[in-house]
Amino acid sequence: MLSPDLVGRTFKGADTTTVSAESISNFAAVIGESNLDVAPPTFAISITLDQSQKLLQDSGLDWTRVVHGDQKFEIKRPIVAGDKLVCSSTIESARVMAGNEIVSVRSDLHSGAELVVSTWSTLVVRA
Amino acid sequence: MNNLELGEELAPKTFLINRALLVAYANASGDQNPIHQDEEFAKSVGLPDVIAHGMLTMALAGKYLSEISGSVAITEFSARFTKPVVVPANTDVSLIISGKVAEISDGSAKVEITASCNDVKVLGMAKGVIKLQ
Repeated sequence: MLSPDLVGRTFKGADTTTVSAESISNFAAVIGESNLDVAPPTFAISITLDQSQKLLQDSGLDWTRVVHGDQKFEIKRPIVAGDKLVCSSTIESARVMAGNEIVSVRSDLHSGAELVVSTWSTLVVRA
Repeated sequence: MNNLELGEELAPKTFLINRALLVAYANASGDQNPIHQDEEFAKSVGLPDVIAHGMLTMALAGKYLSEISGSVAITEFSARFTKPVVVPANTDVSLIISGKVAEISDGSAKVEITASCNDVKVLGMAKGVIKLQ
């Protein structure tokens, strides 16, 4: 169980992720995308999921029991190669339903002061 | 992309998902959870077999949206992962994606997406918002 006092707190990632052209082309190749000028719309997850996983594991959540419930992206502008992105994650809610813990995490990717992409993940920790 | 019409049904597209694609997606996304690659592990945690990453299914639905508008025009994209996509060994699983223009307002179109495998819907409430130019 997550400690209730974690809810609402924002954790700013210590690392800056520099988006490489190779990481975009690898992601694009999997889905058959030939336009490599911008990252595909769900590319942000390759940065934010790792960051929120670290946060939740550090908070005591058993990642091996986690199932992805839903996912949302708000894309202010597409990610492009060369972007230097910092991820900040906020646990927006944590509740228990039918014995399963349901955690909602928002992650924002900023380039300097500019918000580039926001993601929301609902994760279900199976009992 | 100005020619989307309210209520328009967009042509379906079939994507093939197999074990090799799951490995490729794991490497591209960094999500190396063994339930998406290791049959023995998947069964040990109560799954019928290896399952696809929900985010792979969503990424393919994103590709479907990109074919309509180009990636650059997509401003919102969301989905629920309602049923797993089971991927047996040596099998190409067909993921069929279709869309419908549900709303046009403020210079954007909202496209509702349906994604099915073997006639079972695998995404719920899936929708993307495309900026019309």
